[in-house]
Amino acid sequence: MGHPTGPWTEKRLMVSPTTPAPAVTASIQSAAKPTLLSIRNVAKTFGRNAVLRNVSLEIAEGEFLTILGESGSGKTTLLRIVAGFETATSGELWMGDERLDRQPPYRRRVNTVFQSYALFPHLTVEQNVGYGLRVAKRPAAEIAQRVADALDKVKMTAHAKAKPSKISGGQQQRVALARALVNRPRLLLLDEPLSALDANLRRQMQVELKSLQREVGIAFVFVTHDQEEAMVMSDRIALLRSGELEQVATPREIYSRPATAYVAQFIGHTNLLKGDVRGGVVRGGSLSWATSLPDGPALFSLRPEHVRLAGTGGPPGLVRTRGRVLHQAFHGATELIRVECADDLVLVMRTASGGGALHEVDLEFSAADAVLVRESPERN
Amino acid sequence: MFSRAYKTAVAAPPLLWVSVFLLAPYLLMFCYSFWSVSSSRTIVHSWNLNNYEELLAKTVYWQTLLRSMWIAARVMLFSLLLGYPLAYFLSFYAGKRKDLLYQMVIVPLWVSYLVRAYAWKTILGSDGVLNTLLQYVHLTRHPLDFLLYSPFAVVLTLTHIYTPFTFLPIYAALEHVPRNLVEASHDLGATPVQTFWRVIFPLSIPGVVAGATFAFVLSLGDFLAPLLLGGPSGIMISNIVVSLFGAAYNWPLGAAISLGMLVIVVSLLFFSERLEKKWSFS
Repeated sequence: MGHPTGPWTEKRLMVSPTTPAPAVTASIQSAAKPTLLSIRNVAKTFGRNAVLRNVSLEIAEGEFLTILGESGSGKTTLLRIVAGFETATSGELWMGDERLDRQPPYRRRVNTVFQSYALFPHLTVEQNVGYGLRVAKRPAAEIAQRVADALDKVKMTAHAKAKPSKISGGQQQRVALARALVNRPRLLLLDEPLSALDANLRRQMQVELKSLQREVGIAFVFVTHDQEEAMVMSDRIALLRSGELEQVATPREIYSRPATAYVAQFIGHTNLLKGDVRGGVVRGGSLSWATSLPDGPALFSLRPEHVRLAGTGGPPGLVRTRGRVLHQAFHGATELIRVECADDLVLVMRTASGGGALHEVDLEFSAADAVLVRESPERN
Repeated sequence: MFSRAYKTAVAAPPLLWVSVFLLAPYLLMFCYSFWSVSSSRTIVHSWNLNNYEELLAKTVYWQTLLRSMWIAARVMLFSLLLGYPLAYFLSFYAGKRKDLLYQMVIVPLWVSYLVRAYAWKTILGSDGVLNTLLQYVHLTRHPLDFLLYSPFAVVLTLTHIYTPFTFLPIYAALEHVPRNLVEASHDLGATPVQTFWRVIFPLSIPGVVAGATFAFVLSLGDFLAPLLLGGPSGIMISNIVVSLFGAAYNWPLGAAISLGMLVIVVSLLFFSERLEKKWSFS
């Protein structure tokens, strides 16, 4: 991988094969709820290919946790290990004082909503939803009642007698949800359940799913590659990269305090600034600002919305620079502007729309908004 | 998209083939079944229902037909009992050996029917492999004579010959059962046994129906196995047809029986296709 020509760059090009970062463990708990599931040092290899390495994660009762990652990051494998469809190469799963990973999937009080819904094609909607209760040999009256309630909850009562092939994708989605929730699992796993839906339905389902989760109070572990979806729905996000957790935090925290360069870039847009700290001053090309960091190289993430067009005067402590506009992309309420500054530094800024075409601009940002991040080591 | 002339040109050869080699013979057979044979052994082209009356009147035809169906039913049952577990194991549990095992099931199909039938003759005969072995280990003192020249021998041989035909559609159906449905079933708390009976088996029914139809229809029309291994008690309906068209030289009666068989087989195929459709969900 080549190094960039200048000291500053907005691309993640300066990643160097340094020593691997220590595994991030999720000690942060949302609102100190009791732990429901504890994933301890789980690793999975397929042949020589390490899909998961040493993943530890605690899932609290009633929380909505999203496992976010690119394809191939191991997120689906992790979910399948919790569901019991895959066996971890090493590590343990604990639910209370019960060792979950030694139980077959049909004994775990965990249910799954599959990516392709996996509804039984030979059974009606009603029979699909009642499947779990029937195999558990619940009394017929109880099954009928609970199935009716579950169908009502997902607004599918009208289609109770239909076969899955006769209903739409969004409706199949609801049936899959009802089929899982009717069993009152302690934990619901959702494997990219919205990825097959079109954009509008998808946004609608995100909201519905979140409010349904609040209503039933069951912990959801939601797998997605869509960072926006993760931000909208989650109490916490666990960001997985190449089989290791990069950061586990609330959406706000992960956005405003990304732990690594990878997280900063994966969640939203960012400028990555590479600099050197010497004697309480960060220097990178023509930019510099005061800091309390110890001496040495440092990497910062600066969100585009924290870069502004410089006004006259302004409070002290602002870092200023000047540059030429390369590209101006209209995004509705805001626009993203790429500005080429001195020393090959390209800064992306987000401003409110309506300023018209720009050419030469003065920029400023507050040093406090440049968040120190760790470099993400190469993996694979 | 294509011109009329082009479509006609493409459709003509198969249509001609089917007409000359399938429809015309059937039509001819249909006509023959309403003709009769004179005392001087020539075929009289006068229309009558004598052949059908004879069929209904003589119990030997009915008995042979019923015996043939009973043999075919047993072959069907045993082929399913052998073929289904084999297909299930191969599809779900064979792992890396799947392709090899699949080939091993298929290879016998390339061996001549006659060779396989004769092989059973060598095994089941009174001086055959099985009887020699049984006597050698002192399980019997005299050779067991019900092994060969009996309905047992016919059922055994036909089961051996037609099990691959039963296996194939079942295997294909099982291969098409989406594996995430099996996972979903386990996920919802169903044990492997419950999953088999509630998900896997229902979804494989089209294959079972197709396989059962193969075994039954092919056995019902078989004449070589009963000829070689059946003996007098193992005679099947096709043997009667063969002798009527041959030594007995009564083509009209033979044609009438064949037509009756055709009606039975076509209704079976119709019925099994309805059943397959009812259980298909794609």
